[in-house]
Amino acid sequence: MNFINLFKIALRALSGNKFRGFLTMLGIIIGVAAVITMLAIGQGSKRSIQDQISTMGSNMINIRPGTGQFGGVRQSASSMQTLKLEDYEAIADQAQYISAASPEVSSSGQVIYGANNSPTSIYGVNPSYLDIRKYTVAQGEMFTEADVKASAKVCLIGQTVVDNLFTNGEDPVGQTIRFNKIPFKVIGVLTSKGDNTMGMDQDDLVLAPYTTVQKRILAITYIQSISVSAESEDATENAIASIEDILRQRHKIGANDDDDFNVRSQKELITMMSSTTDMMTILLACIAGISLLVGGIGIMNIMYVSVTERTREIGLRMSIGAKGIDILMQFLIEAILLSVTGGLIGVAIGIGSSYLVKNILSWPIDIEVYTIALSFVVCTATGIFFGWYPAKKASDLDPIEALRYE
Amino acid sequence: MAKEIIRVEDLKRDFVVGDETVHALRGLSFSIYEGEFVTIMGTSGSGKSTLLNILGCLDTPSVGEYYLDGVSVRTMDKNSRATLRNRKIGFIFQSYNLLAKTTAVENVELPLMYNPTVSSKERHERAIKALQDVGLGDRLNHNSNQMSGGQQQRVAIARALVNEPVIILADEATGNLDTRTSFEILTLLQRMHKDENRTIIFVTHNQEIADFSSRNIVIRDGRIKEDTYNKNIRSAKEVLEGLPKEN
Repeated sequence: MNFINLFKIALRALSGNKFRGFLTMLGIIIGVAAVITMLAIGQGSKRSIQDQISTMGSNMINIRPGTGQFGGVRQSASSMQTLKLEDYEAIADQAQYISAASPEVSSSGQVIYGANNSPTSIYGVNPSYLDIRKYTVAQGEMFTEADVKASAKVCLIGQTVVDNLFTNGEDPVGQTIRFNKIPFKVIGVLTSKGDNTMGMDQDDLVLAPYTTVQKRILAITYIQSISVSAESEDATENAIASIEDILRQRHKIGANDDDDFNVRSQKELITMMSSTTDMMTILLACIAGISLLVGGIGIMNIMYVSVTERTREIGLRMSIGAKGIDILMQFLIEAILLSVTGGLIGVAIGIGSSYLVKNILSWPIDIEVYTIALSFVVCTATGIFFGWYPAKKASDLDPIEALRYE
Repeated sequence: MAKEIIRVEDLKRDFVVGDETVHALRGLSFSIYEGEFVTIMGTSGSGKSTLLNILGCLDTPSVGEYYLDGVSVRTMDKNSRATLRNRKIGFIFQSYNLLAKTTAVENVELPLMYNPTVSSKERHERAIKALQDVGLGDRLNHNSNQMSGGQQQRVAIARALVNEPVIILADEATGNLDTRTSFEILTLLQRMHKDENRTIIFVTHNQEIADFSSRNIVIRDGRIKEDTYNKNIRSAKEVLEGLPKEN
């Protein structure tokens, strides 16, 4: 018997019991819709976290001094003075897989303009810092290497600082603000980036040449950290290795000794955050998968009823020449049709409800093609798996017994 | 000499029920030739149903040989017997066994659905022709549950004919029908026997039907009690015309 005939027979049998078929499919519909919606929510939140992290520069690497000991006293990392400007220069010159590097010194304090003042942080950096941190200049321009050499008292300010200081709507560019009583001329305003993943305001800052901050504000010669940008997100690990080699060599650290510095990349952060959302996604998918299982059992149940109900029909089909395999295939195709049709409707409802979640709750969603393909495959597999046993039972019937069945 | 359609040799069939062995058939031998209309009679428990199941290739004998159209059935496996039934046998049942919510044409097409050598176009044409043969040319697309018992049995007969079988096996084919409709069905079977030279085996416990067949085999306790040829075949059509008209 060819497949088209079997398909026709199964379709005819199903169309005879439309409402029952629909109720049976409902389990699968709900299951698939749940899987797709849950995965869309899970993937969506994962992507939104990744997006937020990459606004801070997904290929960014940060080098800070590590903890160390001086005369038996363990020091806190921030008080360490082991990172020198020469370290930065060596990294900028020699490290591989990196595209930009900037030293970093920072201080917090009160910024004043006219009668307004506000607490903020000043970051002493070089011009590459904008690229590394993915900042852009909205207005005015970035300071230059010449400004760095000259320890010029110029700065760029973030949008939050603009809002706090320039309350009358004046143009900040060209004005002079004071940070801890040191006057800085504002030469640019940064484009707003909003809060980062941790909820920190990325617009509440002042950027100035690192030489200026070192000399005028902190009065130090060492640097507090180095920000480096790897060539790409994938090159991050190689770049870290290269940086570590250079620093270990420069700091004369023996093969068995611990580093006196820490190298951190955003990639680690992404991995950490992703693993949390992945866990959530798996949990959601498990719950949804269970409902799919329940739907599958529904199919099995109804196929059993169907086989019992149609025992005489099976007997007749066998008596006029249906082989066991024909009967098996007929009921299997019925089960698969039920589950695949349910799956199709479920996919439609799943996509619909995902967009509902997006529009009504404004949660980020991300429907990936593989989740649809996956739930479809699972559906068909469910049909085969739960349809097999009833179909096998039908095909094993003895035609004589089946014809006599009342 | 007409072609031998069925030959059984010393046919025995035992069933084991619990500790007991029931001997349903205790050794039957006969041949049926092309163009015969044979009634197989017997009371309930005589073994006629068991014989029918074996003749219909639904069951196999415990002992003895069964040749259908020259092929030995005893050693065949389930699938080969299914194919054999599909090509060589037409079944007519007491309770019609039509598919519910299915049109006459679709019901008649059913045996050909299981024959991959028949195209869907040919299948449809043959089903229509078979239905026209049994006088249901005007009810092709009626659903089986919209038809009377007699019409349903005609559909079943068309279904039995559509695969051009070498033998038609009717199991109490008139058992569920009133007298008039029974004679209509008998008339139809007689016409097929006479005009189209079809071979028919009609299993029944109704003795009257033997008068309308060409040969009568009576079974009792698993053995052949009588095997007689009927020289004076009554015409079911005449009986039908003699019945009082319904109003």
